[in-house]
Amino acid sequence: MGWLGRFARFWYDFLVGDDWLAAVGVGVALGATALLADGHNPWWLLPVAVATVLAVSVRRAAASATPRPIDAGPSADR
Amino acid sequence: MTPQVLVVLGAFLASAVEMVEALTIVLAVGMTRGWRSVAVGVGAAFVALGALIAALGPALTQIPIEALRIVVGAVLLTFGLQWLRKAILRAAGVRALHDEEEIYAREVEESRHAAPTTRARLDWYAFTLAFKGVLLEGLEVVFIVVSFGSTGGHLGLAAAGAGAALVVVATAGALVHRPLSRVPENSLKFTVGIMLTSFGVFWGGEGVGVSWPGSDLALLGLIGFFAVVSLALVADLRRRTAVARTPTPTVTQA
Repeated sequence: MGWLGRFARFWYDFLVGDDWLAAVGVGVALGATALLADGHNPWWLLPVAVATVLAVSVRRAAASATPRPIDAGPSADR
Repeated sequence: MTPQVLVVLGAFLASAVEMVEALTIVLAVGMTRGWRSVAVGVGAAFVALGALIAALGPALTQIPIEALRIVVGAVLLTFGLQWLRKAILRAAGVRALHDEEEIYAREVEESRHAAPTTRARLDWYAFTLAFKGVLLEGLEVVFIVVSFGSTGGHLGLAAAGAGAALVVVATAGALVHRPLSRVPENSLKFTVGIMLTSFGVFWGGEGVGVSWPGSDLALLGLIGFFAVVSLALVADLRRRTAVARTPTPTVTQA
């Protein structure tokens, strides 16, 4: 991977992280709020949508995580 | 008054977390390879970060405030959700806690065994490790400070919060000469994740045309809302994990 690839990878990891679906969800939530804001004041929509994105993202991450043994000590993890 | 206090607090906490991580790397390399090259690496990283701030600051003032709020809101949201997701998984025991002592021990071990390479009269391994560690963690601090400060016109306050964190963490590191493993890092990340997400919703919402009930006070409501949602997700995950770990009883036939 060249320096351009590493540069792009850094920004992807920095901004999107390990769940691209959450980033897409944020974009969709902002877009839907912008559409509804024309003539209305949908202040409740964005918090509810973001909470939903968070819940789905946490469930997906938990489902894909390897369960840790109960007695396992802590290990380094960013 | 409320947003100003929250901007300072958010910038302080987020910066402190990143600086604790950078301090662990700097201490580990400095204690094993000597301080001169590490000091030059840290200094070079600060110069690079300063140049980035000098370039970003004026550029941000050229962007219309509504567009800036949407971009900053989206960035804070994606960034905040990453922090919050990891903090929830760690609080629920699904993911291992971040352990500064273990990271320190690993860095010390690697530093001891790395071959000495001298360039420009510097221990190149120590220089590059210190430079990269401070630069990468510092980049996150810069983006959080710029995001927190730029949209509300509180860049100075956000920078003051980050500056206070630098003083506190650097002083603590100089005094104890050990990684700051007693800092409740996951609790801090949990709090910062909630604040980043709440600020992201607030500014992103304003950017796309939402008028918040209660104006700036809505920020407190959003922080409370995301705190409740996050704690509920931790409780739900803990319950599911406990059920998954419960051994299935075996039926023995007579």
